[in-house]
Amino acid sequence: MAGVPLYAQFINLFAAILLLIAFAMLAQRRVLTLIDLFAAQGLALAISTGVVAYGTSQPHLYFSTALTLLLKVALLPWILHRLIRRLDVRWEFEGLINIPTTMLIGIVLVVFAFNLALPISQLASTVTRSTLGIAMASVMLSFLMMITRRKAIPQVIGFLAMENGLFFAATSATYGMPMVVELGIALDVLVGMLILGVFFFQIREQFDSLDLQHLEKLKE
Amino acid sequence: MTVSGFLTQLLELAIAVALAPLLVGWVNMCRAWLQNKSAPSLLLPYRTIRKLFMKDAVVAANASGVFRTTPYIVFGAMCCAAAIVPSLATDLPFAQAADAIALVGLFALARVFIALAAMDIGTAFGTLGARREMFVGFLAEPALLMVLFTASLISGSTSLPTIVEALAHRELAIYPSLAFAGVAFTMVSLAENARIPIDNPSTHLELTMIHEAMLLEYSARHLALLEWAAALKLFNYSCIGLALFFPFGIAQAGDWLAMIGAAPTLILKLALGGIALAFVETLSAKLRIFRAPEFLGTAFLLAVLAMLVNLLLGS
Repeated sequence: MAGVPLYAQFINLFAAILLLIAFAMLAQRRVLTLIDLFAAQGLALAISTGVVAYGTSQPHLYFSTALTLLLKVALLPWILHRLIRRLDVRWEFEGLINIPTTMLIGIVLVVFAFNLALPISQLASTVTRSTLGIAMASVMLSFLMMITRRKAIPQVIGFLAMENGLFFAATSATYGMPMVVELGIALDVLVGMLILGVFFFQIREQFDSLDLQHLEKLKE
Repeated sequence: MTVSGFLTQLLELAIAVALAPLLVGWVNMCRAWLQNKSAPSLLLPYRTIRKLFMKDAVVAANASGVFRTTPYIVFGAMCCAAAIVPSLATDLPFAQAADAIALVGLFALARVFIALAAMDIGTAFGTLGARREMFVGFLAEPALLMVLFTASLISGSTSLPTIVEALAHRELAIYPSLAFAGVAFTMVSLAENARIPIDNPSTHLELTMIHEAMLLEYSARHLALLEWAAALKLFNYSCIGLALFFPFGIAQAGDWLAMIGAAPTLILKLALGGIALAFVETLSAKLRIFRAPEFLGTAFLLAVLAMLVNLLLGS
């Protein structure tokens, strides 16, 4: 890795941490720890965006760093914690597939994403292009988490984590999206979270549980 | 083989054998402090070993030769491992004979013999412990190999001194893959050294014990050697971890001045590692034995991820 500037090495490091946290989320059973991990992932994302902003002198990325910090490290985890307190759900939950198998599928997905990203990243001209594979891998891991979890809250956290991965992909491949798009996505995520929060209460009112398998049965 | 290399080798082996019980004593001491107990003496493991050497050995009537020779084989294997791992200097003539894969093989040899000896007497506890040891071992070994392969990929060699030289004396670069490998290695070494998420080192008679169950039939000098070998194993694993992930301060070939500095650095690093180990053991609870595959599977996956990340980012 000699010859790569120091800030790019830092970005690589945070990319690796992002992937590590994505795997930790995949393996996590407890919902409270899951939220903490999500906040940690947001923090890693914010720091890496900040480093990209500093290293490539793109001042608009500082705004997205601040936005990420505010939204994903503070606001969303706070809303989730509040929701959990209000819903009074602190159980451990099992996924549809047991955890070692999920992790093995995760590894396969990572290999797939890395191979997929290789030709794409050769087209990009940014210093951080090699982290594109990691970004895609964390998107896919969040997808997997949404698929394998039964309860509503982990699925929503998977959805939010997927947005983290996409955001990271945008930063690594193209040094971030235009400010308007970023603001729009941030607002979408926030509103989506609020609406899903309302949904949680509705689902629980209907079925006395947040298990989404109840939604699969049709009622006459 | 040069004279200085030979002397380095001898000095390193002597330090490993002499300091290993001290490390165990230090970990026990830190753990007692963290749990608000009055700590046992730092030298307690030495006293235990001396006491055991002075006693008369009792061997079961139906014990075969395997039971008698196992303590010597295990102790010998751990000494060989200590000779390969570069803890003070990278100038180790002995290490040319065996690389990282052979090191894993040495640990496996010791494990096979200790399991055989545990089953040799035919008691229920011994068999139980041996089965569990093999169960943990077959899950931990691939993860350990993967961690070593990751380090080999970075440095282009499976020989431990070369790896350390490549990592320690190159220009400073951040290797994200080493972060993954470090986590994986920590998990593996907790499992391999019968530490708390997998086994509880402070119990002596409990249905869940693994390592202690295998030693239950041993007494006197045999037990002393096995205890010493266990301490050496912990020392070796700590030194491998330090060599791979914190290789600063290990002296280069023929540099005697650096070696004088390397010894206090090593002791400082081991002391910090011991504190970290005590923290891990205090903060976590023992896993059910059937959760062990999950724990070690995670370690294996992290090690594989380390390799993948290295291939993606490192080229």
